[in-house]
Amino acid sequence: MNVVALLAADPLLDGELRWTPLLIVVLKVLVIFVLGLVGTMFMVWFERKVVAGMQNRIGPNKAGPFGILQTLADGTKLFFKEIMNPARSDPWVFRLAPFLAFVPAFLVWSVIPLGGDFTEGRDGTVTWFGQVTRVQLADPPVGILLVLAMSSIAVYGIMLAGWASGSKYPLLGSVRASAQMISYEAALGLSLAAVLLSAGTLSTAGIVAGQNSLSNWNLVATGFVPFFVFLVAVTAELNRPPFDLVEAEQELVGGFHTEYSGIPFALFYLAEFMNTITMSAIVVTLFLGGPQPITIGETTLSIGFIPGALEGTLWFVLKLLAFLYAFVWFRATLPRLRYDQLMDLGWKFMIPISLGWFLLLAAIRTGDANQWNPVVVVVSSLVLLGLGYLLFVAALRVSARNREREGAMF
Amino acid sequence: MSLFLRDYLTVVWFGLAAVLLAGLLLGVSAAIRPSRPSYDKQIAYESGVDPVGMGWSQSQIRYYVFALLFVIFDVEAVFIFPWAANIERYGVFGLVVMLAFIVLLLDGLVYAWKRGLLRWV
Repeated sequence: MNVVALLAADPLLDGELRWTPLLIVVLKVLVIFVLGLVGTMFMVWFERKVVAGMQNRIGPNKAGPFGILQTLADGTKLFFKEIMNPARSDPWVFRLAPFLAFVPAFLVWSVIPLGGDFTEGRDGTVTWFGQVTRVQLADPPVGILLVLAMSSIAVYGIMLAGWASGSKYPLLGSVRASAQMISYEAALGLSLAAVLLSAGTLSTAGIVAGQNSLSNWNLVATGFVPFFVFLVAVTAELNRPPFDLVEAEQELVGGFHTEYSGIPFALFYLAEFMNTITMSAIVVTLFLGGPQPITIGETTLSIGFIPGALEGTLWFVLKLLAFLYAFVWFRATLPRLRYDQLMDLGWKFMIPISLGWFLLLAAIRTGDANQWNPVVVVVSSLVLLGLGYLLFVAALRVSARNREREGAMF
Repeated sequence: MSLFLRDYLTVVWFGLAAVLLAGLLLGVSAAIRPSRPSYDKQIAYESGVDPVGMGWSQSQIRYYVFALLFVIFDVEAVFIFPWAANIERYGVFGLVVMLAFIVLLLDGLVYAWKRGLLRWV
């Protein structure tokens, strides 16, 4: 479909031109662009500063107050840097890969609820220029699948970047990256299913709207386990420490972006930090009520002097900052996993546990709907899961014995 | 185009804008940066040592089986999502059917595990 056909298909441009909704969309796009870029710059500075603090260093402190303009200075420098294209690289794919990393990172922003008016039980819509709208760019009916799709496409960016470099370290880094990212994407999807169970919708706005009090937050409603699985899977998906084997410096130099320099490198770097922010935002949206204020029973912790719509944004940013800090904290605290440990954690622990937990939740929900005795439901489900686990252990023991008899070393 | 799909179109516009932004950054940089290629600059980086052989040299790819397993689990997730979002509608029948489906797929994972495909070496 060419651009003209797309333009003609847009109902906003169909028939008489309605300027207000169009302007609102343009405004939202601009705000998200500015927020995305400024937020990423802030995140780079924040990470350096916090890690420095945790390691008894000072961190960036020259450019601007508290060194906050350091990222801007670094970025500006990269504009003037010569780009070296390795002679053995694949010229087209080598240039395409930064786009494949950068664009999906940006696209995730479009479905994240960034704020809204949730005071006194409102549903989060706001009125701008006489137009009822949400504080998020788009609310497609399956918004959360869009996030999963984008994180899948990001694998292509890294895989192709490493392959197209025509160099050994990037190739190894990208193979590792793709194995790691697809492994944890399975765990990511399965823990997400538990959220969908309690939310009953795939739209991000709908998921936020359902979490209108602390006990309805999916963190509590799904029983904490999916949250922790999701958090670990997201950390691995982002290739952040302790799962940063993709660019393990001691082994692989820079990993997949070893051969990149100048602005193409900056695009990878931006995408990496932007993914950190957007994925934290997704965790907040899915499990911690997004822009919902904290409501316990009948009391709402409300920030009185801030108008309703802005308050949602403030809550969202506060929750987001907590996760960004946690990610930096992981980096400063946890040692990197060995590659086989990483794979074992993903396939032998997180996927079975998230599937088992999901089935347990599903049984409880179905039991609720049919008025079965909840104790009986939980006990019989646990017995069933336990039996499955025992069968499984027995099977592994048999296989270990057979392997020993065949003289295998492990 | 229906209003149902309207939001996707916004996402498409946003994606095009992001492509343009990346292109703009690259374009500005291309206009102002120096370009003096030489043979030495274009060698693949191998910690300062001259590279031996091709960059696309053969190496043993560990865990390639995971790519196959991933497809299975991703397809599984795609089937689980719509059911999870409408669990009340399908009731006990849905639960039993989904249980059978998940057990069959987990069976595949256990088999791969038992065969030792989930290990290094």
